[in-house]
Amino acid sequence: MSTTATEQPAAPAAPAKPQTLTFAAALNAALADEMENDPMVVVYGEDVGTLGGVFRITDGLTKRFGDHRCFDTPLAESGIAGTAVGLAMGGARPVIEMQFDAFAYPAFEQVASHIAKMRNRTQGAVPMPLVIRIPYGGGIGGVEHHCDSSESYYAHTPGLKVYTPATVADAYLMLRAAIRLDDPVVFMEPKKLYWSKAAVTLEELRAEFETRWANVEARREHGEPYARAAVARTGTDLTLVSYGPSVPTCMAAAAAAEEEGVSVEVIDLRTVVPLDEETVVTSVRKTGRAVVVAEPQGYASVASELVARIQQACFHSLHGPVLRVTGFDIPFPAPKLEHHHLPSVDRILDAVDELMWDAESEKADSADQAQQAGASR
Amino acid sequence: MTETAQTDHPDQSGQTDSSRAAQRFGISLEDYLLPTHGRIQLVDQDGALLPTEDQGTTPGHEYPMPSDEELLEGYRHLVIGRRVNDQNYALVRQGRMAVYPSSHGQEASEVAAALCLEQRDWLFPTYRDTVAVLARGVEPLEVMASFRGTWHQGYDPHEHRTSVQSTPLTTQLLHAVGMAQAARLKGEDTVVLGMVGDGGTSEGDFHEALNFAAVFKLPVIFFIQNNKYAISVPLARQTAAPSLAHKAVGYGLAGERVDGNDLAALLAVLGRAVKLCREGGGPFLVEADTYRMQSHTNADDATRYREDDEVSQWAAQDPVPRMRTFLSERGVLTEELEQQISAQAEQVAAGLREAMSQEPVIDPLELFDHVYTVQTPQLAAQRELLAEELARAAQGSAQHQTGQEGQK
Repeated sequence: MSTTATEQPAAPAAPAKPQTLTFAAALNAALADEMENDPMVVVYGEDVGTLGGVFRITDGLTKRFGDHRCFDTPLAESGIAGTAVGLAMGGARPVIEMQFDAFAYPAFEQVASHIAKMRNRTQGAVPMPLVIRIPYGGGIGGVEHHCDSSESYYAHTPGLKVYTPATVADAYLMLRAAIRLDDPVVFMEPKKLYWSKAAVTLEELRAEFETRWANVEARREHGEPYARAAVARTGTDLTLVSYGPSVPTCMAAAAAAEEEGVSVEVIDLRTVVPLDEETVVTSVRKTGRAVVVAEPQGYASVASELVARIQQACFHSLHGPVLRVTGFDIPFPAPKLEHHHLPSVDRILDAVDELMWDAESEKADSADQAQQAGASR
Repeated sequence: MTETAQTDHPDQSGQTDSSRAAQRFGISLEDYLLPTHGRIQLVDQDGALLPTEDQGTTPGHEYPMPSDEELLEGYRHLVIGRRVNDQNYALVRQGRMAVYPSSHGQEASEVAAALCLEQRDWLFPTYRDTVAVLARGVEPLEVMASFRGTWHQGYDPHEHRTSVQSTPLTTQLLHAVGMAQAARLKGEDTVVLGMVGDGGTSEGDFHEALNFAAVFKLPVIFFIQNNKYAISVPLARQTAAPSLAHKAVGYGLAGERVDGNDLAALLAVLGRAVKLCREGGGPFLVEADTYRMQSHTNADDATRYREDDEVSQWAAQDPVPRMRTFLSERGVLTEELEQQISAQAEQVAAGLREAMSQEPVIDPLELFDHVYTVQTPQLAAQRELLAEELARAAQGSAQHQTGQEGQK
């Protein structure tokens, strides 16, 4: 992960290190490290204690820090979110877990009416330094209400920040940053990435976090360290703008496009709120073509917002319309059908082809002209 | 959080809740958790001290009369609270305040909710609990900001340990529970009181808050002002329970019912709840039996849903004259003190009238200042847009003025 958008992650040294750290373990370590760092960090939710969470993200925390720092609550999501308001007001830094995306809705009143608004209504007197962790998105074959793409609800609510890591390193670094932030963060964890791995060690990530955090402390007024998008892959012909669970899909599509001679840049937003428009706009002005890729139903979504902003800021650089590849405007499908709904590599490549059509014809045109020029000679 | 969740499992000292209750009060756990029959009342509606046998107390539910000093201080807040309620009602009618949900008739409950707590404790009020917020010591003008419409909230909750006046029903009870959790985490013996109405007991958050507090054995007092109506909907449509205080036993916490217009009984019942909470015997549920004498707000018309007879019956139980009679006859409230208190109430009302007749000073650009710790680039751009609009408008009105002066 980089402090600036243009920096690229260092190329893995040859021979490549073994991929050992999982996304889930990175999140677990981030929680443990922040609990170690600050005694007012408390982690709670349903099954997060003895069991360690249904996805094992809180594994071992109760044993290590005690039942007063990581604990199970009664089964009540509004209660979990509502008590977090009081805890935050009382000086704690609660990190609450919503067991699944679609189980988080009972908490929505507390989220929308209090967590998001408290700082504003009290003119800054009562900040809400809390994190709501939500496993979200599809791709794990979850049955009904175990998969939903709910990020747009949160992104649409002023006062909330919406973080969603797409890499193992970001999972660790962004969660620690979210816990330290004085604004409420809806931390959306792509559940299909929980078991993804990276060739990075916790020691390296810890060192990186400390370096970054030291920088942030020094330039506090510039805000969050992690509110910058990542250029996950550089390219020159077209930009795929994405976040969270769709980033790996975009990376795969970009690799496939390269084989067909199309150079695709991939932007990983990291944070949907705040939005790093600058990185997106810089990329699209360079490539002149943009496809926004996201899992949720496209209507009135984060993807629609991105399209609107890109066309407004990049209009004169665009070779074609800004396209979207999103889920359909349907309730999240059953496991055997979800692959039809979620953005796939093929569907992304179709959008790429659609936008590269003019380039193809230009190429063909110039080839024709060259031929004609040759013939007339 | 550290204690065992099951009600009748022994704690570290080997005691169970049942045995503790039995040992302390000589009664069974059920008798301890259930409210007394009827309600606790120390002073009748005419201001006379009730004989002990008529006070509604039972073994384990004993409530000695609060001290004269406490009652006098309470009476002072009652009079101020009544004056503020009526002044604000008038200010809304005059268009100088946007809205005001009055607690006229409920002032004893309001005042007791604040006075039973110490400064280090926390209060979580609702939109109708302005008088309680004032009794915590918050500046009247700061409290009225939200009703005036200049901002959604006018005081710093940390200054008087009084949270925002919550409008979304019952949500604040969970905040109260969370605050008690935070205090425990810090090793502080803070007691937290959350206020709610009879309508609010139907919300899911009521259930979740009571359950969380009971499971984690937190020092929270849930204080219900049963004023009989949720806007127009009567109590019978909210619950079929024998009383709202009976809801406590289902969660494993103690409930009590008290005359919500009897300041003495309220201070006694809430005072005992605070003491027991402080000693680790919480949480508690207290239901105050009272009545909303006026409409929900000025926008409401109570004559559409209730009879005059009912209202006049409750008018006879007004908490203010009742306490005045009681304290005067006890020799505690002298003519001179009465005049002093009235003058103080009048001063508060005059301050409100004066402040509300002035144009509020609001900087519209502050709209963007508190959404996040650091303004996002998008909000900064929107702030710039509004700033330009304001500058153009100011320029326009300046030119307009110059033009008018030139015509003279």
